[in-house]
Amino acid sequence: MPPAVPPAVSADPAWADVDRPLGVRRVLSRVVSLCLVELQKLRHDRSELITRAIQPSLWLLIFGTTFTRLGNVPTGGVPYLDFLAPGVLAQATLFVSIFYGIQVIWERDAGLLAKLMVTPTPRAALVAGKAFAAGVRGLAQALIVFVLAVILGVHLTWNPLRLLGVIVVVLLGAAFFCCLSITVAGLAMTRDRMMGIGQAIMMPLFFASNALYPLDLMPRWLRALAHVNPLSYQVDALRGLLIGTPAHLLLDFGVLVGATALSITAAAGLLARLSR
Amino acid sequence: MSNPDPGEEHGPPAVEIRGLRYAFGETTAVDGLDLTVHSGEIFGLLGPNGAGKTTTIRAITALLPVPPGVIEVFGRDVARRRMAVRRMIGYVPQQLSADGGLTGAENVALFARLFDVPGNRRKAQVAEALEMVGLSDVAGRRASTYSGGMIRRLELAQALVSSPRLLILDEPTIGLDPVARAGVWERIAAVRAQTGMTVLVTTHYMDEAEQTCDRVAMMHHGRLGALGTPAELIAGLGIENGSLDDVFRAYAGVSTSDESDDRDNGMRGVRAARRTAGRLG
Repeated sequence: MPPAVPPAVSADPAWADVDRPLGVRRVLSRVVSLCLVELQKLRHDRSELITRAIQPSLWLLIFGTTFTRLGNVPTGGVPYLDFLAPGVLAQATLFVSIFYGIQVIWERDAGLLAKLMVTPTPRAALVAGKAFAAGVRGLAQALIVFVLAVILGVHLTWNPLRLLGVIVVVLLGAAFFCCLSITVAGLAMTRDRMMGIGQAIMMPLFFASNALYPLDLMPRWLRALAHVNPLSYQVDALRGLLIGTPAHLLLDFGVLVGATALSITAAAGLLARLSR
Repeated sequence: MSNPDPGEEHGPPAVEIRGLRYAFGETTAVDGLDLTVHSGEIFGLLGPNGAGKTTTIRAITALLPVPPGVIEVFGRDVARRRMAVRRMIGYVPQQLSADGGLTGAENVALFARLFDVPGNRRKAQVAEALEMVGLSDVAGRRASTYSGGMIRRLELAQALVSSPRLLILDEPTIGLDPVARAGVWERIAAVRAQTGMTVLVTTHYMDEAEQTCDRVAMMHHGRLGALGTPAELIAGLGIENGSLDDVFRAYAGVSTSDESDDRDNGMRGVRAARRTAGRLG
């Protein structure tokens, strides 16, 4: 077959300096690229945003408004619906993230994972890319819950600094639960098993946290569980930032950053096992 | 490293494998493989399902853990220089694996980003890759609307957008109809003519290999059976009107159309075929 253009056999393109080490900037740009893909997918198909918003909406509309009438949940002086809104916001991001393990297994089965792993991208960057892609989706869900809560008359903050804090907390929370899910996927290995495990850990994570009720209300064993559940710290931070209840912001951020770093490491370690 | 073929250009070979062994638990997938792929050739790794072809590919791309000193790609040890090796490789896996939620152009742009194609060159590079595989017209459509043959060509564009030195294709025509198959091989040949890149391709369709490959290696049960140009191997049989299919039968002892008695890796092959069928169906 006659070549259409003269062959460019000799040199590699300038960007393919194969022997140069990757460096922090390039690793970060890969993480951003993988998040960008998530935004592009969201833009093409917005239906998922709506269907995923149904469950948190029900928690706010039905559970929230009904329990507000109960009137005796010790929320520290704020209306129950106000107390609940940050919890449901955290839940919405948790439910989005926990399915990323299933997605990774699907991508493994479809050959997408192997293709990504053969690019010059460190495993931790691949996982971090997924994690913050989950964060992007989590933010979209959080926005819907936020708007709904405002419509229901919840007094949420409009302070831009606090809202920035909310964005960071949502990103970190989503990233952590995404990597937790990928880690579990790396152990479960098959989609069917992962579906079951996803369902099995989702509700306990939600119930064994301060999302629906204050920790003081819980029996001691449950309170102990809630204290090691990163969701509690996410909710605590969100509540402090959004409705101004007393929160341990420094501790919350510390726990979320630590948990995210740990889970990225664990998930990256298991990614090779998944693709083998 | 000594160059086994003094007629070749100097510089390290594209792939140099010395004594590769790999086992999945009890089953040995590759059992002491020595192989050299010269720079600039289209090299076909042939054999039935379960011969160890895919395992060899996965070892070259460092998807499987391989000890140092076994595989080099353009002179870089795969075990020690994983990132450098991957920068030189464009890889198309066996399954049809474009992201259906993204457009064709977005699928290709992701790989341009992951290979550090700079922002000011990205758009042109993506357009060129899509042009090469004949998908420019549908670049804005989501990949979920593509046919199997189009997805395979899209994957080819994804692998080409970084201008790799070595293009690795694992069973590029499996699960495609005859027209789509011919289309894929045409593109592969055209890309090589255009860029001069090295192509390493696995297949168990002997007629396709015979038409496109410069040299082929016959693998069976994880070992190398025969190595040479298709013409050499066919001539070596000493029969009239022979084909690579006859060569295959002579070395492997089975016909390519009768692969049901594979032992090594058989289930993996079946699983992969089912995935492909599932995505196509």
